[in-house]
Amino acid sequence: MINVTINDIKLQVPEGTTILDAAKMVNINIPTLCHLNLHDIKMVNRTASCRVCLVEVEGRRNLAPACATECFDGMIIRTNTKRAIRARRTMVELLLSDHPTDCLVCEKNGNCDLQRIAAELGIRKIRFEGEQSTYQKDSSSGALYRNPDKCIMCRRCETMCNEVQTCSVYSAIDRGFETVVGPAFNLPMLDTQCTFCGQCVSVCPTAALTEVSYVQDVWNALHDPDKYVIAQTAPAIRVALGEEFGLKPGTIVTGKMVAALRRLGFKKVFDTDFAADVTIMEEAKEFIDRLNGKGRLPILTSCCPSWVKFIEHQFPELLDIPSTCKSPHMMFGAIAKTYFAEKFNIPADKIVVVSVMPCIAKKYEIQREELKSDGVQNVDYVITTREFAKMIREAGIDFTKLPDEDFDNPLGESTGASVIFGTTGGVIEAALRTAYEWATGETLQDVEFHGVRGFEDGLKEATVKLKDMELKIGVAHGLGNARRLLEDIRDGKRFYHAIEIMACPGGCIDGGGQPYHHGNLEIVKARMNALYEEDRRKPLRKSHENPAVLKMYEEYIGEIGGHKAHKLLHTHYTPREKI
Amino acid sequence: MPIRMELLVCGGTGCQASNSNRVLDVLKEEIKKANLQSEVNVLMTGCFGFCEKGPIVKVMPDNVFYVEVDEDAARKIVAEHVVKGRVYQEKLYVEPDTHEKLSEQSKIPFYKKQLRIALRNCGKIDPENINEYIAADGYMALGKVLTEMTPEEVIDVVKRSGLRGRGGGGFPTGVKWEATRKSKSDIKYVICNADEGDPGAFMDRSILEGDPHSVLEGMAIAAYAIGAQFGYIYVRAEYPLAIHRLRIAINQARELGLLGKNIFGTDFSFDVEIKIGAGAFICGEETALINSIEGGRGEPTVKPPYPAQVGLWKKPTNINNVETFANIAPIILNGADWFASIGTEKSKGTKVFALAGKVNNVGLVEVPMGITLREIIYDLGGGIKGGKKFKAVQTGGPSGGCIPAEHLDTPIDYDNLTALGSMMGSGGMIVMDEDDCMVNIAKFYLEFSCDESCGRCTACRIGNKRLLEILNKITEGKGEMEDLEMLKELAETVRDSSLCGLGQTSPNPVLSTMKFFYDEYLAHVRDKECPAGVCKELLKYYIIPEKCVGCTACARVCPVNVIHGEPKKVHVIDRDGCIKCGQCYNTCRFGAITRK
Amino acid sequence: MIKSLEELKQIREKYKDTLQNRETNEDKVKILVGMATCGIAAGARNTINAIVEEIRNEHIDNAVVVQTGCMGFCYAEPTVEVRMPNKEPVLYGKVDSEKAKEIVKRHVKNGEVIKEWVLRG
Repeated sequence: MINVTINDIKLQVPEGTTILDAAKMVNINIPTLCHLNLHDIKMVNRTASCRVCLVEVEGRRNLAPACATECFDGMIIRTNTKRAIRARRTMVELLLSDHPTDCLVCEKNGNCDLQRIAAELGIRKIRFEGEQSTYQKDSSSGALYRNPDKCIMCRRCETMCNEVQTCSVYSAIDRGFETVVGPAFNLPMLDTQCTFCGQCVSVCPTAALTEVSYVQDVWNALHDPDKYVIAQTAPAIRVALGEEFGLKPGTIVTGKMVAALRRLGFKKVFDTDFAADVTIMEEAKEFIDRLNGKGRLPILTSCCPSWVKFIEHQFPELLDIPSTCKSPHMMFGAIAKTYFAEKFNIPADKIVVVSVMPCIAKKYEIQREELKSDGVQNVDYVITTREFAKMIREAGIDFTKLPDEDFDNPLGESTGASVIFGTTGGVIEAALRTAYEWATGETLQDVEFHGVRGFEDGLKEATVKLKDMELKIGVAHGLGNARRLLEDIRDGKRFYHAIEIMACPGGCIDGGGQPYHHGNLEIVKARMNALYEEDRRKPLRKSHENPAVLKMYEEYIGEIGGHKAHKLLHTHYTPREKI
Repeated sequence: MPIRMELLVCGGTGCQASNSNRVLDVLKEEIKKANLQSEVNVLMTGCFGFCEKGPIVKVMPDNVFYVEVDEDAARKIVAEHVVKGRVYQEKLYVEPDTHEKLSEQSKIPFYKKQLRIALRNCGKIDPENINEYIAADGYMALGKVLTEMTPEEVIDVVKRSGLRGRGGGGFPTGVKWEATRKSKSDIKYVICNADEGDPGAFMDRSILEGDPHSVLEGMAIAAYAIGAQFGYIYVRAEYPLAIHRLRIAINQARELGLLGKNIFGTDFSFDVEIKIGAGAFICGEETALINSIEGGRGEPTVKPPYPAQVGLWKKPTNINNVETFANIAPIILNGADWFASIGTEKSKGTKVFALAGKVNNVGLVEVPMGITLREIIYDLGGGIKGGKKFKAVQTGGPSGGCIPAEHLDTPIDYDNLTALGSMMGSGGMIVMDEDDCMVNIAKFYLEFSCDESCGRCTACRIGNKRLLEILNKITEGKGEMEDLEMLKELAETVRDSSLCGLGQTSPNPVLSTMKFFYDEYLAHVRDKECPAGVCKELLKYYIIPEKCVGCTACARVCPVNVIHGEPKKVHVIDRDGCIKCGQCYNTCRFGAITRK
Repeated sequence: MIKSLEELKQIREKYKDTLQNRETNEDKVKILVGMATCGIAAGARNTINAIVEEIRNEHIDNAVVVQTGCMGFCYAEPTVEVRMPNKEPVLYGKVDSEKAKEIVKRHVKNGEVIKEWVLRG
């Protein structure tokens, strides 16, 4: 322990404590902007680039950034001197002087850290006038929107992309006033190895990185009398949407969410969970086939489009191990425009499928050529949880007062297994519930596989007894963890029978399209707990017991993993360049 | 037959640019024609420093110093001096005051007050021949250190010598070594910072070109002292000759076992690799340099931790500049007391300065610390060009400050320069005369800093840009009095708030010119005048009636037709509409148009 | 490969002569050889080379050999002037290689002026 004095308050702190953390211990708040500490996923943005947290340290010539300066014994710190306050305010003024002043119509209005700090510091006038930097905007991916005009060079996206996701898409480019964060050679994002996981969006303090919005397109479709617009919602939406309306993180709002979608004008409100149960039917079958020697092990889950793009870029030599199953919402799209259309006699070309997703990569996924049927997208639009909330507000719906309503049938029926798809470990747990019963012919008594659950470990391992066979299961969330796992598999250092990978830390509950957590990952953990709670509430908790799914196979698809199933529900992968 | 005479031709980049390679060839051809090649030797050496007068050829042992030698002069030197023993008078240095021709280098004022330690071998030995370096006591210091001294003793000598970093910061070298020594690690690195980025400074280049082994030897001694096994020389790609000679030097040292495993038969092993930088100014900052070697973007990171604790590849790393390393061997051989006896109380030894700007003798000088600015500018530099009036001297590169005439008698050392709002920096020294506008000068340096900012921190990226914009406003005659307050306040804040040394010092030219030349700022803002007549937008054009003959030439070229007058009568400029393009000024053949 | 400090010193000794011409020092003995047309015609080149060689042979490191123009004693070429520090210069005439070596040995090394060959001094 070392002794420090902050604003005349003496305290002891462990060695290695930053001034910022030491000040917090005695309830002194030092404003920060670029700083971000996501301890649970081992990401700390310590670039000290915004210079907003400057404080005075006795004996030091210049001011010290509190977020990146470690305390030393006998350190005397003053956080509120005239010099420090002047510097801090000047830094914010400088940032504002090079920032568009379109706050009123900005995507991040009300969610912007720069706006927040300007308000906190009481900035009323920007004394500096001058050139504003303008750059090419990028929406080439149809998923991720880059507006570098709004970049404040905090480098959080870069830290996230390089250190957590190991995709290294971003770095600072150019020099001096023109410096900005962007991809190598300032390429369009579509031409990079970006997986569109959207974690950069999650941590961007301003609107420099957001999703490409399809809200207006969805409104247009809803208002088009010729269209039959249906919605599907991913499992992770129902445990996060409430936050947008002031509800406690982890509040389950499934019923209100369905009611809201109806009020927005969707003809049918379906559940991606239905398709998740279908996914398990196909994937469990594929897994058992591979266990029986038909194909290579391990089998990797393929629900996450960001992860799929990652393996295509980073491990093109391993493209034979992911399951060939489409992601659940893509299966849903295919089913909606065939089975559902035929069953209810609605022309497929009139059906508009809107996916409400916690994800940005899904916006890219729906455009992939191999996932189209005769050149037509199976899912027409993807909107994020945040976009969905905007539509609710725009429509003047008082969300918290909505009654609870049920999904439409038949594509709204689901089991507990599909609900947990929204968290890390959930897909593999759901698959195990089914694979176990199919492989052993016995009924699984305890459906909960706790070994694959949890947020803190980026790489989880579990062993599951399947009669006389021991299944080795691996779970990775966060692409950096996925990379480590895949490298070991490629190099033969580890072996698993089955692996689940989710690109976002924590899985879809922390997807790039979810309500902003502003650095508080406790929110994400609350969402996770809520999903397991929802699972426990369900009467049916194994995918292969979903009656609507079983009926569909009987009426339409036929054999699991059969010819029609392959046509509708499976896909293939393409090696991609690294850049 | 032993060599009885040698012609030393400067092979520095400056002289090579003025064709010294060809001069070397001609000298060799002529010597051969005279059939003297077995007794007269022609060789290329490093830089003599007197770049103003290059190419330099020195004849030894006659000790005759020829300046501005071209091919023709080279032939004459052989015909007259080498063959007939007559000094070729045409190419001797002419003292500007007395018009006296001086043949001896040591008599030339430029060299008189110099004391060469770091540059000891530059212009004396063939930098591509390790045997010459050894003949000049080369590698003796390394041998002494490895066979007679403990690392602690080496650090003690360097500490007691008082040597401070010559690259800019002036941090005590021995203390830096000690800190790196104390960091526990199996692997440590020594880095030579040869990313000389200050415009106008070229002492590091000259040392690398003229005496590369002195740097290698200094690095090896440092490596022994701190416990490193490997070193990098980070040199900018714009220095191809330095890189070429370094490569030769490294190979020769390896061949002789002076680099490599078990040097001098001891347990100590050390080798070096050259890393070529892309020439970004910021990469001279040590953490940015480390990032660059590691393959990352050259931008600084927060200190502490210092490289001595967490450096290259996260290992303890000692970074010194070229000139610092070049001082090490003499300190070891001559002792700490010898070095400490030179210089001032807190700044020991000598410093190499790159003298440039409005002085007569532009070039590289090595002088004892404590010499005054006046001595450098007037004695060594030969005073101001064209007999103009001295206004200021800018020291320390783009982030230094401007020092006015009243401080010319300040003895130069780290602390005095800092006290004057400037800095030692790497030793750039740019002299300005009455024709220089100090606001414009501040703007010039700030432009450099803006361009070279890595863009990482707000203070430097946007702060410097805003400072520059305010300066632009002032030099364009649009400045208001509040701008001056704003300029000062923002400059101080940028200095206080920036992440690295570049940003912390980039406002120095602004602050120091505001301190010493505030009247010039006032003139720009209040009176809308540029006293030096530099700022174009503030110039006013006048016709001198006595000189105007009414030729109408000015009126005809004026693009906005604001010059009026009848033929053969005095013309007048209507200044309200004048766009200050200067066409009339350039056109008038009678000197009748003036501007101020 | 250098394996010890001793070996480095050997190399230094071996190449020390290389730099001898390049040191300037007021305290050195200066030996001037007249190398104008008359001198060269009379064999001054042989003389100067003999002097340089002898200096090396005798390991004299405080002497420099400089050529100079005509000293005005054309009848006595080759001429050699020895300038010892703080002493009057001594000019020798008709110095051939043998005499030159003798001058180096006796005058330059041991300070003995060889009176019989002195032209002026």
